[in-house]
Amino acid sequence: MSGLSISRRGLLTGVSALGASAALSACGAKTGSDTSSGSGAKADTSGDTVKVGLLNSLSGTMAISEVTVHNALLLAVKEINAAGGVLGKKLKPISQDGASDWPTFAEKAQTLITDDKVVATFGCWTSASRKAVKPVFERNKSLLFYPVQYEGLEQSPYIFYIGATTNQQIVPALDYLRKQGLTKLYLVGSDYVFPRTANKEIRAYAKANGMEVVGEDYAPLGSTEFSTIVNKVKDAGADAVFNTLNGDSNVAFFKEYKSAGLTAKSLPVLSVSIAEEEVKSIGTQYLEGQLTAWNYYQTTPGAANEKFVKAYQAAYGKDKPTSDPMEAAYISVYLWKEMVEKAGSFDVAKVKAASGGVTFDAPEGKVTVDGATQHVYKTARIGKIGSDGLIEEVWNSGKPIKPDPYLKGYSWASGLS
Amino acid sequence: MTVILNQSFTGISIGAVLLLIALGLTLTFGQMGVINMAHGEFIMAGAYTTYVLQKSVSSAGVSLLVALPLAFLVAGAMGALLEWLLIRRLYTRPLDTLLVTWGVSLMLQQLARDIFGAPNVQTHAPDLLTGNISVAGVTLANNRLFILVLALLCVLALTLILRRTPLGRRVRAVVQNRDLAEVSGIATERVDRTTFFIGSGLAGVAGVALTLVGPIGPTMGTNYIVDAFLVVVVGGIAQLKGSVITAFALGVLQSVLEYSTTVSVAKVIVLVAIVAFLQWRPQGLYTLRTRSLA
Repeated sequence: MSGLSISRRGLLTGVSALGASAALSACGAKTGSDTSSGSGAKADTSGDTVKVGLLNSLSGTMAISEVTVHNALLLAVKEINAAGGVLGKKLKPISQDGASDWPTFAEKAQTLITDDKVVATFGCWTSASRKAVKPVFERNKSLLFYPVQYEGLEQSPYIFYIGATTNQQIVPALDYLRKQGLTKLYLVGSDYVFPRTANKEIRAYAKANGMEVVGEDYAPLGSTEFSTIVNKVKDAGADAVFNTLNGDSNVAFFKEYKSAGLTAKSLPVLSVSIAEEEVKSIGTQYLEGQLTAWNYYQTTPGAANEKFVKAYQAAYGKDKPTSDPMEAAYISVYLWKEMVEKAGSFDVAKVKAASGGVTFDAPEGKVTVDGATQHVYKTARIGKIGSDGLIEEVWNSGKPIKPDPYLKGYSWASGLS
Repeated sequence: MTVILNQSFTGISIGAVLLLIALGLTLTFGQMGVINMAHGEFIMAGAYTTYVLQKSVSSAGVSLLVALPLAFLVAGAMGALLEWLLIRRLYTRPLDTLLVTWGVSLMLQQLARDIFGAPNVQTHAPDLLTGNISVAGVTLANNRLFILVLALLCVLALTLILRRTPLGRRVRAVVQNRDLAEVSGIATERVDRTTFFIGSGLAGVAGVALTLVGPIGPTMGTNYIVDAFLVVVVGGIAQLKGSVITAFALGVLQSVLEYSTTVSVAKVIVLVAIVAFLQWRPQGLYTLRTRSLA
């Protein structure tokens, strides 16, 4: 008995010693990189070309979505190179596969920065992968451009958030549902960062705005068994389902939804992670009439979008749709280019300093970088999925909404963190 | 009341999926003692067979019907090949089969990625299977009913083969006492390979069924392999009826718990229940009484 307690104490001492040495070495690494160069990142800008990192899941459960983002990034790089590059240097894209696995994302981010010496990295989709790479980019003082809508409540000095934050997607979606008289919500999501946080925000909003959350369920990411969740949704007396499922769990969910006899008319589903590409592979017969909330659709009017859709389909196939995260990925490379040219340098600190007010005439309309939050002003759009697999806009916010990642402008959000 | 009936049906349908997947394992793990980690990839092979067929046959209904026997043959052939190449050298080293077949499973996943691409794909179910029928307020999804019938047919076929055919008698003889069977003139090697063919073929059939409920991808098998082993172990290895009862019991338990708690909590409770059950009955629900000396 006493032997056990001694060994336990020994173990504790060992662990705390380990912790202390880890903290020390972390300090050492920090000062080391501070003194080595002004920006800290080890980007190589000496040659005629500079490398940019593309970090997406090219395999695994998220590949259904992320491969399209990867394609859009490659398209932007190709276009920029054809137009003469950035500061006279051609871009060389280096692709790494995050494989839908968060530790892999962190490892590949490190590889891109240290081995490939990229000047900036574009990618990630799930919030879990972003949270995994965040310390890597911060530690190395290297830039990540993140193209997907997310749950907000985050701000990293080394990440530019090009997708929507909460007040540019989820809040307008809730406003829309409320105006339609759909006030009893059932929340269905994948079991990880984004849906859990988003649903916390939705609950706070509902409480303050006379809506009611009648149920909340999570399925493990990649799960394909939804019969019970669909039964629960059916029995709960909801007016609408708010869907934060990610990846191809949506396939199983909507198959089950239809099998259970639920339709867009009887119980509409508003999804924040299903765009044109997913609609196509899930199958329109399962999705027709359901709602989505994004900032961009393939059908969004405007010359910039016509050019984007045409270029994308010329590169990847006539039947390939474009979607919001693809558009955000595409413009993220252009926004970075604008920042670099405004700064006149690839240096991370200078690029960051130049970022505020940078604009781009994007397929979704004019976007402007908010230097203070490193987010982007974006127009919110609610759409309805049509029988042709495309999404028709049924409402938009009229003008780009200022990003508010911490929801400081909303009193109901004061308790969230 | 409707809630209870609805949930029971859901549970039975989850059980049917589990059963279909575990059925082949009951043969290869239960009867032959081989821990075949590549079983999940035979499921995947069946699912991709459906996908390929659907791309070449325009009618979803026809392609599904053709896919069932074809997936059985494709996965069965892969199983027989695996047995001939590797497993037959390892019958006396069951733990090594785990490592070897795990390696094979990783290679098969990569192969699928190379052939079909990394993103998951989907098949479209025939219209008949996307609807549902309502009986006394209970909604029965047609695709789930189809899987249930398919699972029961497979159980029936397997029972008949094992009980009524000369092959079945030989299989049982080899399982009960390999040496005695061999000196009695049974070609045990051929019996082993045939058993593997049938067991893996059943995984292929399970793969076809899974295309009706979810996406098809290189890693889809790994989602189910643990559950399938649980069914076989709890059922009592070597007994078909143990697997049948366990699959449905776990399905119903899972769905009832999911309804009253959440998916993750339900999973935890089911696993704890299984651990407790195996403490009480380490041999599982049923065990084969054998005259073998080993």
